[in-house]
Amino acid sequence: MATSYQLKRADFIFKNENDWEQVLSKILNRTSQDLINELISSELKGRGGAGFPTGLKWKVASELEAPEKYVICNADEGEPGTFKDREILERVPYKVLTAMVACAHVIGAKEGYIYLRGEYKFLEPELEKVIDEFEYYLKEINFDFKIRVFMGSGAYICGEETALFESMEGKRGEPRNKPPYPTNYGYNGAPTVINNVETLAHTFTIFKYGAKKFYDLGVQYSRGTKLFSVSGDTPKPGIYELELGMSLQDFVFEFGDGDTKAVQVGGASGFLVPRKKFADTAIGFQGKLTGISLPTGGSMMLFNSSRSMYNVLDNYLEFFREESCGQCTPCRVGCQQLLLGIKAVKRGEKPASYLDKLLSLTETMQVTAKCGLGQSVANSFSSIVENFREEMIY
Amino acid sequence: MTTQKINITLNGYNVKVDKGTMILDAAKENGIIIPTLCYHKDLCVAGNCRVCVVEVAGQKRLSAACATPCEEGMEVMTNSLRVRNSRKHIIELLLSEHNADCTKCYRNGSCELQELASEYKIMTQDFIELVPFKTYTIDMFSPSIIKDDSKCIRCQRCVRTCSELQGVNALTVSHKGDLMKITTFMEKPMSAVVCTNCGQCVNHCPTGALVEKNYIEEVWEAIANPDKHVVVQTAPAVRIGLGEELGFMPGTRNTGKMVAALKRLGFDSVLDTDFTADLTIMEEGTELLGRLKKALVDKDPDVKLPMATSCSPGWIKYIEHMYPEYLGNLSTCKSPQQMFGALVKTYYAKARNLDPSKIVSVSIMPCTAKKFEAARPEMLDSGYRDVDYVLTTRELAIMIKQAGINFPALEEAKYDRLMGDSTGAGVIFGATGGVMEAALRTAYEIVTGREVPFANLEITPVRGMEGVREASVKIENPKKEWAFLDNVELKCVVAHGLVNAKTVMDSVKSGKADYHFIEIMACPGGCLGGGGQPIPTSPEIRKKRAEAIYAEDASMPVRKSHENQEVIKLYKDFLKEPNGELSHKLLHTKYTRRERF
Repeated sequence: MATSYQLKRADFIFKNENDWEQVLSKILNRTSQDLINELISSELKGRGGAGFPTGLKWKVASELEAPEKYVICNADEGEPGTFKDREILERVPYKVLTAMVACAHVIGAKEGYIYLRGEYKFLEPELEKVIDEFEYYLKEINFDFKIRVFMGSGAYICGEETALFESMEGKRGEPRNKPPYPTNYGYNGAPTVINNVETLAHTFTIFKYGAKKFYDLGVQYSRGTKLFSVSGDTPKPGIYELELGMSLQDFVFEFGDGDTKAVQVGGASGFLVPRKKFADTAIGFQGKLTGISLPTGGSMMLFNSSRSMYNVLDNYLEFFREESCGQCTPCRVGCQQLLLGIKAVKRGEKPASYLDKLLSLTETMQVTAKCGLGQSVANSFSSIVENFREEMIY
Repeated sequence: MTTQKINITLNGYNVKVDKGTMILDAAKENGIIIPTLCYHKDLCVAGNCRVCVVEVAGQKRLSAACATPCEEGMEVMTNSLRVRNSRKHIIELLLSEHNADCTKCYRNGSCELQELASEYKIMTQDFIELVPFKTYTIDMFSPSIIKDDSKCIRCQRCVRTCSELQGVNALTVSHKGDLMKITTFMEKPMSAVVCTNCGQCVNHCPTGALVEKNYIEEVWEAIANPDKHVVVQTAPAVRIGLGEELGFMPGTRNTGKMVAALKRLGFDSVLDTDFTADLTIMEEGTELLGRLKKALVDKDPDVKLPMATSCSPGWIKYIEHMYPEYLGNLSTCKSPQQMFGALVKTYYAKARNLDPSKIVSVSIMPCTAKKFEAARPEMLDSGYRDVDYVLTTRELAIMIKQAGINFPALEEAKYDRLMGDSTGAGVIFGATGGVMEAALRTAYEIVTGREVPFANLEITPVRGMEGVREASVKIENPKKEWAFLDNVELKCVVAHGLVNAKTVMDSVKSGKADYHFIEIMACPGGCLGGGGQPIPTSPEIRKKRAEAIYAEDASMPVRKSHENQEVIKLYKDFLKEPNGELSHKLLHTKYTRRERF
């Protein structure tokens, strides 16, 4: 097995060359179309987890006629087990800001916001300083674009882009009906490009080194590199930039403690992969040609044999029960039922077959919930219950 | 502008629909009903209950029919197995969260969740009941509305009603996840917040989470007590709404049957609030003309104009909270209900030779705010509680059913006399614009000696369902004593639904508006769309009720308040003159400044 060891480390994101002014001035000298083409040819996909092609997002927003447009950096990094955006904003914030200016240039926005997770308040003062630097520079070159930090208040759901807009508009952070999508109807009803922190940081790389350099990394459908937040039962927790498309087996060779029982890919809303499926699982976006391929916002949690998968699931469900915004039925009530359900099965108050009822409930949640939160609870639930059923019962 | 037609298939059948139509509406147009809970025609689309999910070919997930617009070539399945299973799950989930003690619920039989559970034949409860895991207290502090969160399905119809229709925002969402609930500012009781008691939340609630506080048993007891003389008054909008609870289509006039039913219930005297509606016109019209005189002739700088109507207790409480600096602009007239109450225990008692302490005064209202109004501490001018019990149209229907009366088969009956006489002007109080129209019919004639210059007395500019309607009437050739009004253009505005009241008040506040007279009704459509009227309500239903009100007006032999014979007699025998000393004691009131939360 060790022969297939193919974990490819990379170092783009945190490479600190402090050359943003040159990169930015080059960007601003290029046409909108040119930049969009570059981004599209890089095949960069959103790094927040959903994996929407970034170039396409910019393209749609650039083609709309509107008096106001917005660029928003989603820094509401709330997925359990992910902590890479914090590091980016701490170490290379100028890359993110450069990309935001680039996006403003491409789509014609005058205002940009960084929606900063409530718990990241401590990042704000330094971030403001860098923003001041940028604004000074933009003023010098007569580029009309203002960036502000908007502090979130700690709700997980506000990382969902439309809930984030509602929150920014001073309303309850509740996801909207989609369509319309943010590129058409985002913040204040205006066309909005909302990108994850890391996505913007990659954009910097692409504009600096060219799309080809990025495209040549990774595998088909999952181009480029990605930051991984590695945590759990691992001797070396931390943030690592790796090429996409690696097998989970390789990942575990590198980061496991020799006793890895399962890996949760993509945080609480992601999938749990048991040891027997490590070799068959690749980390990347679903494509037509690849086998089992799991996307992730970067959270990789390793569990060794000392962990009870029941406790892991119980913990996730408690999280979702509390962090559901509560507006739609499948998510609000579904999460409560799933949590109480596994407890009841564990205590013998419900038969083991009740797990099947709950599994079918997660299918309903997946197809009927209003937003990604309710839809993705099924991921962790079904992957844990199906693979560790006996741990749920006994 | 013609809308573009597009082709879609609905359950396999090709249909053409307007581009942009929501799947829900497209299905309805084509004879397919998709169940809904959070959807309401009066409100914006929320898409949060998810009961209306449908399958769209090629989509991994189901779509909420209420929130998904049709697109060319869309293949929609509203009843596929996947849809049915999901929908059933969602109903089961809602039931698991709902205090489904249906037999003990006020909305038993008229609950939308119950109906859905019955339709989908949810026979077992596999999911764990969540209600015992939570602490619920029932808020019974309000004299008008009871709020029971254990029956709430979080559809937020009440929240949207309170905000979009009423602009009050007394009800709001707090907390998230499993703790998410509908609540008030700082979770205070409904009686302690900005709630106007309008009851629109009750009218829009699909379940028993928000209901009116009912006084049915108290009224039965009074009727059964041989020592008590129980008088009942019926508001204008009740007669055109009641039928909906008793097997008639919206917009059916049932005045005669209603009176007959009330007599059979055992009320000692069945009287008409329309009588005091006419009286209100006399008092309020006189008050308005008095204020105009003070402003135009005496040049009194302190006179408060525009003058606003004071018939709608929801509106009164709203202005007390939201625009307390304008309380002086309110007419000091009590509402017709309260005028009636004060007269029943004085004038009526004297004329009928009854001990007022033995009179129980009951009113049937399309309104929940009237319950609060009757309980106001200042409403004791007769020396007794002016109105003892207020029942909504719905409560009356319940009593009629309890008494086993075959309502459709009833012979029509007439109101009893002494305070049972009314005019078409009194009836139209039930529709938005009605008070304005009635006031203009009378005031114009008093001032000029001629009828209002509108065909059939129908002052059409103030009729209709537009949220804010402006009208002006130019006074020409007035009588000598009103000469100061010659060529004065009387500027009026009518608004219904408190969100529109806000528009009017903001324009008054900004100084942009130069109105003389403002009519505001708290509820959409006026009293006919009141919070105590039959459920459901919708723009179409309210339109039908309004047509019935105006038909009732047209059918009346007398259609001007000042020609109400009993009102004339009342002034002659008792009150002496409008705005006189006794009038002021019994028929006028004062208002209270309230906090804005």
